[in-house]
Amino acid sequence: MPITYTSGEQIEVYRFSIPVTVGVPLLALFLQAFVPRRFPFFSIFDLPLLVTIFFAMARRNPISGLFTGAAIGLVQDMLGAYPIGIYGIAKTVVGYLASSLGAKLDVENAGARLLVTLAFYLIHAAVYFTVARGMVSLTLDWSWVRGIVAGLANGFLGVGLYFLLDKFKQRT
Amino acid sequence: MESVLGRYRNLTILVGVLFLQILGLAVQVKRSGDAENTRLIRIWAVGTITPFERGLVWAHNGSRNLWHNYFFLRGVRAENRELKAQIEQMHLEQVRLSEDAAQAHRLQQLLAFKEQYIAKTVAAQVIGSSGSDLSRSIYIDKGSNDDIAADMAVITAGGIVGKVLRVYPSTSLVLMINDQSSGVGAMLEKSRLQGVLHGTANGEVVLERVMSDEQVAPGETVLSSGGDQIFPKGLPVGTVSNVSPGRELFLNIQVKPSADLSRLEEVLVVTQKRERQAVVENPVKVRAADILAQRLPSVPDKPADAGTVKPGNGGASTAVQGSNGGAKPQTDAVRKPQTENATGSAAKLSPATPAASNTGAADATHKLTGAAPVAAGETSKKVLAKTPSDSAASGNSRIAVQPNTPPGASSSDTEPLGTTSSSVASTGKSSAPQSKPVTQPLSQPPAADDNPH
Repeated sequence: MPITYTSGEQIEVYRFSIPVTVGVPLLALFLQAFVPRRFPFFSIFDLPLLVTIFFAMARRNPISGLFTGAAIGLVQDMLGAYPIGIYGIAKTVVGYLASSLGAKLDVENAGARLLVTLAFYLIHAAVYFTVARGMVSLTLDWSWVRGIVAGLANGFLGVGLYFLLDKFKQRT
Repeated sequence: MESVLGRYRNLTILVGVLFLQILGLAVQVKRSGDAENTRLIRIWAVGTITPFERGLVWAHNGSRNLWHNYFFLRGVRAENRELKAQIEQMHLEQVRLSEDAAQAHRLQQLLAFKEQYIAKTVAAQVIGSSGSDLSRSIYIDKGSNDDIAADMAVITAGGIVGKVLRVYPSTSLVLMINDQSSGVGAMLEKSRLQGVLHGTANGEVVLERVMSDEQVAPGETVLSSGGDQIFPKGLPVGTVSNVSPGRELFLNIQVKPSADLSRLEEVLVVTQKRERQAVVENPVKVRAADILAQRLPSVPDKPADAGTVKPGNGGASTAVQGSNGGAKPQTDAVRKPQTENATGSAAKLSPATPAASNTGAADATHKLTGAAPVAAGETSKKVLAKTPSDSAASGNSRIAVQPNTPPGASSSDTEPLGTTSSSVASTGKSSAPQSKPVTQPLSQPPAADDNPH
């Protein structure tokens, strides 16, 4: 049973040190900008999204989650060529939903994390697609196949990354 | 009201944050120059990320250079030989092309055309990307401190890359041609049909605005048309990879970019373009025949005191005289010892790539001398046999060798090598007998030991 329902009292809430809170998202943004130039296949991954999901689910606080998502998304927008806010909106939604889910479900299992990451990747892509087409008039084509393949790839990477980042968790 | 807000506090904050972002996005979209509105915060973000990228690129290049420049020199000599052979081929090609260019300039001047050319470029290194596979843009390590400005063309030796979108003090954001918000004026090389090139959401490059009744074949080269006022005309853009009917009356032409956009490392930013009236330049003419002559075996030098022609140094300055400027380049070549000039040059010309070298030579010579084109296999023989006689006939001899021999010396003494005999044709001998020995050094480069003297 990958996803277990737990009451609010049973779920542990974690916090992170300031260097980890600031450094890990910055490192994710840096790697996302740097690595695809050397390894083009890496562009299928969205490290900032994985970091957003991880922090949101670990803190289990919707407000904290949405602000984390907004901050990471906005910085990602600033590095790109398009108007600022497209990634910001998408990651705000994901951060809010991930922390809301984390507050209700204890998602520590690898399979559960894979499925959750896949779901949030698709939600993120859908919000990005809607905003980019609706507000910025970018001509994007929605592809379920690409979305699921990329979501699974991010899910597998996320499982490994989450276990790595678990080391930085501090019990409240 | 307060209880409702308190109950739905999280949701309210979410809506508030989303609203603010949507508002900000709307303001940016509404205003055309959003780059200026958001410049400061973009500088902060770029300033935070790019120093790490620059550091990593620097460390990576340093280690790579150490490996390539010191430890991995295997095969450099062979490569050097190949490159030298290529240079010789290119010399010949250059002669032909410079003639074409001169002709084009003359025609342009006749028509009072203005030509645009790249006056100055700045080399830059790619240090990162936008971090999104939906936005095709890259960061380079040159910015306003290096005279980079927005809307400058970014190119590589392969072809165009994109244009500078935003400039920061030490970095710049380059929008690549496969981004969907880019646009490049382009034309097809053969048909000269013009269109607009831009990227698609999945990173392909398409040429639009070409009518569907036009014939466009895959493989055709696409060049920049210069219509966008960013890229100078005639730069390679890519090749047509697929043609299909598009929307309305236009073709959907997919283009494979010439530059490998996914693996860019170094680029050139065109910082200065100039426009000038076409002028006919008067460069010092170098004929293909001269270049060929440089590569042929040369006359051995004669000792000053000897009555007959013998190999060695000393007699070259008096023995070899060009009858006009066209023979100028031979002097040094002739003065050099046999081994280097004859074996080196001729060997490169004929045994390694006989067809390629001979064709180039024939082409160049044909163009400049008006000689009939010849088959690749016979080129060197015919060209070499023909050139002296043509030169002799026109009074424009390639090499004039004055035999520095006593009047009584026999002719066999003065004709030890093929080139010598053919060159002597300019002194009045018939060309037919001389053509025979000329062909031998090409197929069998004479070593110093082969010298009959």
